[in-house]
Amino acid sequence: MSGGDARQRCSGCAVAGGAHPAAQRDERRFRPRLRARARFGVVFQAVTLVATLIGVVVLAVLLADIIADGSGRLSSDFLRHNPSYLASRAGLRPALFGTIWLMLITAVVAFPLGVGTAIWLEEYAGDTRFKRLIQMNIANLAGVPSIVYGILGLAVFVRAFALGRSVLAGALTLTLLILPVIIIAAQEAIKAVPGSIRLAAYALGATRWEAVRHHVFPLALPGILTGTILALSRAIGEAAPLLLIGALAFIDFVPGSLTDQFTAIPIQIYNWVSRPQQPFQELAAAAGIVLLILLLGMNAIAIVLRNRYSRKH
Amino acid sequence: MSQSIITPPGNVELETRDLSVLYGPTRAVKHVSIRIPDRKVVAFIGPSGCGKSTLLRCFNRMNDLVPGARVEGAALFQGRNLYGGDVDPVDIRRRIGMVFQKPNPFPKSIYDNIAFGPRINGYRGNLDEQVERSLRHAALWDEVKDRLDQSALALSGGQQQRLCIARALAVEPEVLLMDEPASALDPIATQKIEELIYQLKQDYTVVIVTHNMQQAARVSEYTAFLYLGELIEYGPTEEIFTNPREERTESYITGRFG
Repeated sequence: MSGGDARQRCSGCAVAGGAHPAAQRDERRFRPRLRARARFGVVFQAVTLVATLIGVVVLAVLLADIIADGSGRLSSDFLRHNPSYLASRAGLRPALFGTIWLMLITAVVAFPLGVGTAIWLEEYAGDTRFKRLIQMNIANLAGVPSIVYGILGLAVFVRAFALGRSVLAGALTLTLLILPVIIIAAQEAIKAVPGSIRLAAYALGATRWEAVRHHVFPLALPGILTGTILALSRAIGEAAPLLLIGALAFIDFVPGSLTDQFTAIPIQIYNWVSRPQQPFQELAAAAGIVLLILLLGMNAIAIVLRNRYSRKH
Repeated sequence: MSQSIITPPGNVELETRDLSVLYGPTRAVKHVSIRIPDRKVVAFIGPSGCGKSTLLRCFNRMNDLVPGARVEGAALFQGRNLYGGDVDPVDIRRRIGMVFQKPNPFPKSIYDNIAFGPRINGYRGNLDEQVERSLRHAALWDEVKDRLDQSALALSGGQQQRLCIARALAVEPEVLLMDEPASALDPIATQKIEELIYQLKQDYTVVIVTHNMQQAARVSEYTAFLYLGELIEYGPTEEIFTNPREERTESYITGRFG
């Protein structure tokens, strides 16, 4: 077949310019610049690596610094003692237990509320104006500074509900703070469950509840747990909202009930850092190490839970 | 369009009367009236977007799950209006099962895939026996009997689709709706599914949507040709393929459009 024939046959086809006569291949019509393109790829890869390393190095320096400062103060006495005006006798006990209390109550309240909200929004609400309104508000609330939640906690929980400066008031304030994060993470996890799974369940005569209970929720659970732990990790380091609801008072006891006063590790750190003496700076660093260990522990729990639920299928 | 309602011999299992489905302002199915006989295989054919899947989904009310979808006219199952106020779609979906285009097993064990339907519907017999019976019925038992506790996702595509058929059979439906059940499968797996459909019609009414006209010709006794939401022609498969009355049917089956 001649080139002319090919051009004729292709004259009606949709490709702009019509014919591309393969028979008359001309390398001059391309300028591939392979070396330059490959080089750009290498450079780009290096840039992303540098971006990663900057974050990792800064984190490593931070960790090394805090460990160098505080590891000398870490001892079982440090965990068992109450705070004191004598650095040599000061310990973290009330703050450590206060933080554990806070995290447990916050998790117990925030998880069902957040996951329940996410399930309603994703599985039941449909695409109504009401749903979009709620959705917009949740997105905005996730960006509200934590100190504003402190003001809210002070007004609502401490005063209006008359909970006082209790560990319950503190935990509820932190719950408000992390609820939007849990809801959004849980929604993303639920959205990631393929629609075909829901259809399969409905086609077998499952109700909406059964489809959620047996298929959507178990499949979304690993993602929900990850989101919840990330949210709690944010809460564990918060000092500002707790300061506002009055957790700064000198506390030399461990909360025994929901209504007891409390303090928390970030507040204890703030307290120690604000003193001029060097030993208190070291105590603050040691408390920072304890906080990090608690965080790592929480992440470990999340990983264990996630693997347990993922292994089922 | 005035279409004569063809009434195939035998009991009418499913029927639509002047049925339309609207997605918002778009009418996806237009005034379709069709009668589907008991224990036969009926194929819906037509080009993409002709409304055949939408029509299929009216029979088990899966269109209810599509936001903005609205149904006009009547769809009847054994003479009872599927869209009547006293009808619970959950009940209908147990009695009218469905198999989807892409195999969609639950990411659980083979056993749990089959057992889910009977469990939620309060099956009172021996569940192990029901699982075995369903898998045998779907010609899958011999391939999976030693690994019922393994993940269904480890099966091949064709096996997954037969698992989905077994899963649908486990709740003992009367009708099986199949939405292009073999379009994602290779030719050998497709052949197995077609053989299975041939077996199933002894106990079930099967309605199958397919793009593949050879498949429609091989498995079905009656064929309906839909085009742009309208039912153009409906009759015995042999007649549709050898001697269609409508020009559009002939154009489609001879491959001149679609």
